[in-house]
Amino acid sequence: MAEQETTDGRRRLIRALLGSGFAASIASFLYPAVRFMVPPQVAESTVNQVSAGKADLKPNSARIFRFGAKPALLVRTATGEFRAFSAVCSHLNCTVQYDDEKRQIWCACHNGQFDLNGKVTGGPPPSPLEQYTAHVQGDEVVVIRG
Amino acid sequence: MFRRALDWVGNRAGLEGAQDFLKHKTVPVHSGTIWYYLGGVTLFLFVIQVLTGMLLLLYYRPTPTEAFESVQFIVTQVEFGWLIRSVHSWAANLMVLTALLHMFSVFFLKAYRKPRELTWLSGMALLLLTFAFGFSGYLLPWNTLAYFATKVGTDMAGAVPVVGRFLRHFLRGGEEVTGATLTRFFGFHVAVLPGLTTLLLLLHLALVQKWGISSPKRPGGSGPAMPFYPNFVLRELIGWYGALGVLGMLAALFPWELGTKADPFASAPAGIRPEWYFLAVFFTLKLIPGKVLIFNGEALGILVFGLAAVGWMLVPFWDNRSEDEKRHLALTGGGVFVIAYLAVFSALGYWR
Amino acid sequence: MTAIRLALLGALAGALAAQSGMDTCVGCHGALEGPLAKPAAAFEADVHKARGFSCVNCHGGDPTVLDPAASMSRARGFKGKIDRRATPGLCASCHNDATLIHRFNPRQRVDQLAQYRTSVHGRRLAAGDTRVANCVDCHGVHGIREVRDPLSPVHPLRLPETCARCHSDSDRMKGYGIVTDQFEKYRRSVHWEALSRRGDLSAPSCATCHGNHGAAPPGVATVVHVCGSCHVVFENLFAKSPHKKAFDELGIPGCVVCHGNHEVARPTMALVGVQPGSLCLNCHGESDKGRQAAAFMRSRIDELATALDGSEEILKRAERSGMEVSPALVELSHGRESLIRAKVELHGFDPVLVDGSVKKGLGIAAAAHRAGEKALQERDFRRKGLLMSLATIAVTMAALWLALRELERPGKKG
Repeated sequence: MAEQETTDGRRRLIRALLGSGFAASIASFLYPAVRFMVPPQVAESTVNQVSAGKADLKPNSARIFRFGAKPALLVRTATGEFRAFSAVCSHLNCTVQYDDEKRQIWCACHNGQFDLNGKVTGGPPPSPLEQYTAHVQGDEVVVIRG
Repeated sequence: MFRRALDWVGNRAGLEGAQDFLKHKTVPVHSGTIWYYLGGVTLFLFVIQVLTGMLLLLYYRPTPTEAFESVQFIVTQVEFGWLIRSVHSWAANLMVLTALLHMFSVFFLKAYRKPRELTWLSGMALLLLTFAFGFSGYLLPWNTLAYFATKVGTDMAGAVPVVGRFLRHFLRGGEEVTGATLTRFFGFHVAVLPGLTTLLLLLHLALVQKWGISSPKRPGGSGPAMPFYPNFVLRELIGWYGALGVLGMLAALFPWELGTKADPFASAPAGIRPEWYFLAVFFTLKLIPGKVLIFNGEALGILVFGLAAVGWMLVPFWDNRSEDEKRHLALTGGGVFVIAYLAVFSALGYWR
Repeated sequence: MTAIRLALLGALAGALAAQSGMDTCVGCHGALEGPLAKPAAAFEADVHKARGFSCVNCHGGDPTVLDPAASMSRARGFKGKIDRRATPGLCASCHNDATLIHRFNPRQRVDQLAQYRTSVHGRRLAAGDTRVANCVDCHGVHGIREVRDPLSPVHPLRLPETCARCHSDSDRMKGYGIVTDQFEKYRRSVHWEALSRRGDLSAPSCATCHGNHGAAPPGVATVVHVCGSCHVVFENLFAKSPHKKAFDELGIPGCVVCHGNHEVARPTMALVGVQPGSLCLNCHGESDKGRQAAAFMRSRIDELATALDGSEEILKRAERSGMEVSPALVELSHGRESLIRAKVELHGFDPVLVDGSVKKGLGIAAAAHRAGEKALQERDFRRKGLLMSLATIAVTMAALWLALRELERPGKKG
């Protein structure tokens, strides 16, 4: 009778609610999981290897680039060779620069000087600049650490 | 239509036996029934861990140079990476909590009585595996906190009498915590421990099905019970969905920290301590003086804890009164003492 | 009694000396008590002893005989206590000899005496003032250590207090007409902080600016070169700035006017601008081009600092709500470098120069701010997503509960 109909109706409603609830909740769990599995734009974390830009540096000049969280220095020597160093001065962490007249690396903060092997040749820095490997890949320079 | 598909699969896979069994399985109803859900929640959280863990495996790299960066990559670059990672970290902690609650509820309800001794033993082994999962997984992000907590934890293992030095060397993969430690912790965490856990879980669940859910003895035979399916299952689902909601809130509102990359040459930051479930033991060991009489303090502490754990594990064998439903005051008191001790010393370890 | 004691000790020392070939100066004086024993005791740590020298090399006498009358006889060259005016010449008798010194340290200088003679101390000593410093006042006398030995009184970390022994003693310095607060002031300076707290041995102490053997106060024209030997960029900027000519004409020393000499404090922007207390106002009056430049540079730098702080604040806010913003924070630190560069370029006193760095920094700050906003938007998106999934979860839980209730309604059949 009427009661049975309302009971049936209620049961159908509950069933519908349950079904849609399950479906919606499963969807809200599956959606992030599926999106997660799709590879992101940047394919992998760049921790040990970084592109330092195009290989169009003039000889006896340099450029600052970012390696991870810290600045790094890409130098093209007068003979055309590429060298890369950490640009963080070992004295008080200022960013170093290239001095094309003296052909050495110089820190403007307290006159620290480094040669093109990263070794300290003058001023207060207590230790050499970490040197990275740099080579040309196509028209880009790739710098590798460690 | 869904039902028809299910029936087709059940038919082909020969699941009638299982279906029959499930239809007839019952769950006792009494004041302690609410504790029965804890085992299922723990299992549910374990499944969550496996699923989120597998997803994280798509991007994680287990080497000192890349571990931290890969987790940072997951959390910043991968779509919903922050969610998967935070869910994984939070669910780990929740799982340890529910496992402990499950164990204590079984203890106080005396569900370890004959014939369920093996269920209890396999459950204790599963609890230890859960701790091992937590300890090994904690190191994987390779941040400062994890590195030093692992150092302290493996040092504690080194204080075990006789086998301590070997144990520490075995865990660390060497003398110090290094990339070798990371590699083997990773191997433990994603292969060895899941394999062992799966086997033990199958045993544990099979035994639970075989002996049914234990209930307090009562005059006049077994009391009221509810059908496992659908009543208990529906209730369990409510619990599981609640757990999902809690996990979602924790992950979105209290995301797990990335920390700073571990530097083995830096000095340990102040206040290094292990994860919360190791705090009570850690703090107790800190309090013990270096030498007690003629014994090494730390070794003595570990010995005492070890003996206590073994005693706890063997409770089905020396609780001779439970068969007759007689109260065992000392046992109950002991259980309360253990909970109080763990709570107080964990709190002390956290705030001191 | 004393004679008997001496004789007994002499016998003892002699016996020992005969056995080991020991120096009798050290042997006797080492066995004595009180002030007579101190030189021998101190000499144990002396660098000269380590190189094979002994008392006789400075004091003369005969170290092979026991009899004090013989070992300490003027006939055998014994000089006794060295007169203060004779000390520099005595030390130089070896230290001026390149061949000798370079046997022990080929790179050591041998011009200390010549330098000393040009110094204020040297000239006064030569004129008969025995209160001024000579070699042993700074280097120690019997326990002389190498300069790089941390216990040496002329080690960079101990040099200031050695100079201060005289220069901070107002009684001792009476009549010389110089202040005695240098050490006190220096101790408050950033240079001393670098030296003592950071252990940065390249930081200047007294000798770095005044010279050590040729100690003299730097003249007005040379002060900027002294500071500039480390602070190269500032010297170069200053040399090209309009202040250089003006200061030279007025006869006031470049760096010192604004930064002080002994009490070089950590500079703040309060020194710059047109507000009360700024140094620019000391010379620049109303409607003076310099005053306008000062006001402009100060306001631009303040603008950059505020922008950077604002960007940092929003990024930290995002970080606190759980967003990963470390790449943006790194970029922001480059903005802080621009701020430092702008403050450096202040020393060229050219508004255009300063403005260039400020513009660059403002660009970085703006980008960081945008990153912070984006992070907060992402956070809000996540919270909305959470709400949606919580809603589906709540609906499902409600449905489950309703289903249960339906199932377990009392009086229901099967």
